[in-house]
Amino acid sequence: MTMTITEKILARHADLDLVRPGMLINARVDIALGNDITAPIAIDVFRKAGAKKVFDRDRIVLVPDHFAPNKDIESAEQCKIMRDFAHEHQISHYFEVGEAGVEHALLPEKGIVGPGDLVVGADSHTCTYGALGAFATGVGSTDLAAAMLTGELWFKVPETMKFVYHGKLRPWVGGKDLILHTIGRIGVDGALYRTMEFTGEAIRELPMSDRLTMANMAIEAGGKNGIFIPDAITEAYVRGRAERPYEFYSSDSDAAYHSVIEIDVGKIEPQVSFPHLPSNARGISQVGDVRIDQSIIGSCTNGRIEDLRVAASILKGRHAARGMRLIILPATPTVYRQAMHEGLFDIFLDAGAVISLPTCGPCLGGYMGILAKGERSVATTNRNFAGRMGHPGSEVYLAGPAVAAATAVAGRLAGPDQL
Amino acid sequence: MKISGRIWKFGDNIDTDAIIPARYLNIWEPQGLAAHCMEDADPGFMKKMRPGDILVGGENFGCGSSREHAPIAIKAAGIACVVAKNFARIFYRNAFNMGLPIFESPELWGRVENGAEIEVDADAGLIRIVGVAADPLKIPPFPPFMQQLIAAGGLMNHIAKGRAK
Ligand code: SF4
Repeated sequence: MTMTITEKILARHADLDLVRPGMLINARVDIALGNDITAPIAIDVFRKAGAKKVFDRDRIVLVPDHFAPNKDIESAEQCKIMRDFAHEHQISHYFEVGEAGVEHALLPEKGIVGPGDLVVGADSHTCTYGALGAFATGVGSTDLAAAMLTGELWFKVPETMKFVYHGKLRPWVGGKDLILHTIGRIGVDGALYRTMEFTGEAIRELPMSDRLTMANMAIEAGGKNGIFIPDAITEAYVRGRAERPYEFYSSDSDAAYHSVIEIDVGKIEPQVSFPHLPSNARGISQVGDVRIDQSIIGSCTNGRIEDLRVAASILKGRHAARGMRLIILPATPTVYRQAMHEGLFDIFLDAGAVISLPTCGPCLGGYMGILAKGERSVATTNRNFAGRMGHPGSEVYLAGPAVAAATAVAGRLAGPDQL
Repeated sequence: MKISGRIWKFGDNIDTDAIIPARYLNIWEPQGLAAHCMEDADPGFMKKMRPGDILVGGENFGCGSSREHAPIAIKAAGIACVVAKNFARIFYRNAFNMGLPIFESPELWGRVENGAEIEVDADAGLIRIVGVAADPLKIPPFPPFMQQLIAAGGLMNHIAKGRAK
C-alpha cells in the first residue's frame, strides 16, 4: 500500500504498517517544545494533573524567546516558571538567555530535530522543521503537558496537498516569495487540517534556509504541517549536526493526494502580503506607492544568516530613508556571531540600522519595534493580522529580506531593482 | 449537553491575536486573560457580554498562533460555547483538550443576527434558533475519541484515567 512521507512518519511513530487520512492515531513524540509563553500553562496543567516526572528529560526543549530577556515583571514571572521547571526536571535542552534564540531557528541549527522525526511544539510555527523531512506540527499547552508526561500524543492523519514548483527562480526571489505567492493562491484556510508537501524541480535546488522559510508558513495556509522530501541538500545540512540518528522518508510515486497544485516559479516576482492577512500577496510591481515607517528583518521565518546576507547585499553602501526605523534581529546567537564575523554588522550600522539581540521581539508585538496607530512596517515575519506588531490600527506588510531591505532604503515599498 | 444563550456574531478568520492580543501574553492566569477576550475584534466586548453567552464565528475561527490562551480567555470570560462554520486546527485541538465546548455549523452564521438566542443540543446534534419556527439545524457528531475527551473533561483527565487502569 502506498503512502506519502507524512503518512509514513506517522505510521512509524504509531507502530502501524499503514495509516490513512482521517484515522485517529496515538503516536510517539521525538521532541516536545515549549516557549516562555506556552510552557507556563503546560507546566501548570502538568502539575495540576499530579504528574511528577517527565517522560524523557532529553526529549523536551524549552526556549525563552518571546519576551526574553524579560521585558517586564509579568514576563519575568513566566520565564521563571519555565526556568524552575527546567531545573527541577533537569531538562537537557533548556536554553538560557545568551544561548537562546528564536526557537524555530535554534532547533534545526543545533541538530535537535532531524529528518524522520515526529515533533510537536506549543507554538504554531513548529511546522518549520518539515523542511528537514520531519513531521512537525504546532499544538497547544495541554498537548505539550500530555507529551511531556507520556511521550505520546493523539493525531488525526491529514490529507496531503502536493505543491509542484516548476521552472527557475527570478532574481531576488526566495522561499519567502514562493510561500507568500502560494498562500495568496490558496488562501489562509486553503490547506486547513492538511499537509502541504513541497516538491518540483525548483524545490530540488532550493537551499535549506529557503525551505525552512516555506515550511514555517504552512500554518499561514491553515496547514497541519509542511514537508519536503529529504535529499542531498538535507543530508549536507544535518550531517555533523543531528544529535540523534535520523531517517529519510519519501512519498511513494503513486501515493494518494487530496490535490496537486502546479506553480511556475518563473512567473513569480518578489512578493508583498498586504494587511491584514498573509494571503493578500501581490508582486512587487503591483504594490503602488506605500510609505513605510519601519523595516524588521529577522524572526523564525527569515532571521538566518542567509537572510541577513541578502539584506546586507542590498544595504551595502546605502542608508535607510529619513524617518525609517530599520531593525535587524539575528535569530540565534550563532547567526549573530556569524553576521558579526562576516562584517554584516558594519554594513547594517552604516545603513542606520539597530541590531537587536536574538529574540522574537516585535514579530508578535512583544517589544523593541512596536507600532503606533497608523504606522506601517514591512517585516520578514510571518503574520500581518491587525495589531500583530502593536496598535490594532497599525499595518504590517510581509516580504522577504530583499524587499524589506530595499524598502528600508526607499522609505516606501520597493524591490531591489527599484533602488 | 444542552447549552442555550444569546449570541455574539463575528466574521471569518477570527485569529488568535483578535481573541487575545499577543501584548497580553505576559499574562497566563485565566481571569487576567478573560479581561481582554475578543478585544481586537470588538474593543467593548467584555463590557457588554454576559456569562452564558455564545460566540458565533464564520470560517477558520481561531486561526493563527497555537496559544491556548485563546480558548482559555473565552472559557474564563464565561462564554458557554463557540459555534463556527469551521475552526482552525490548533484551536480545535485546544478546545477539546481543555474543555471548551465548540460546534461546527456551516449554516447557523447565515441564519442569525447578533443578539439572537439559540439552543445547542449536543447529544441530539441540533441547534434551534429561539423564536424561529424553521427546522433545527443539524450539527455533525464528534468522532468517538473526541467524545471520550469531552466525557473525561479534557485530555489530561483522559490520560489519567487511562493510566489508572
Ligand atoms: S519569531 Fe515570531 S513567529 Fe517566530 S516564534 Fe517568534 S513570535 Fe513566533
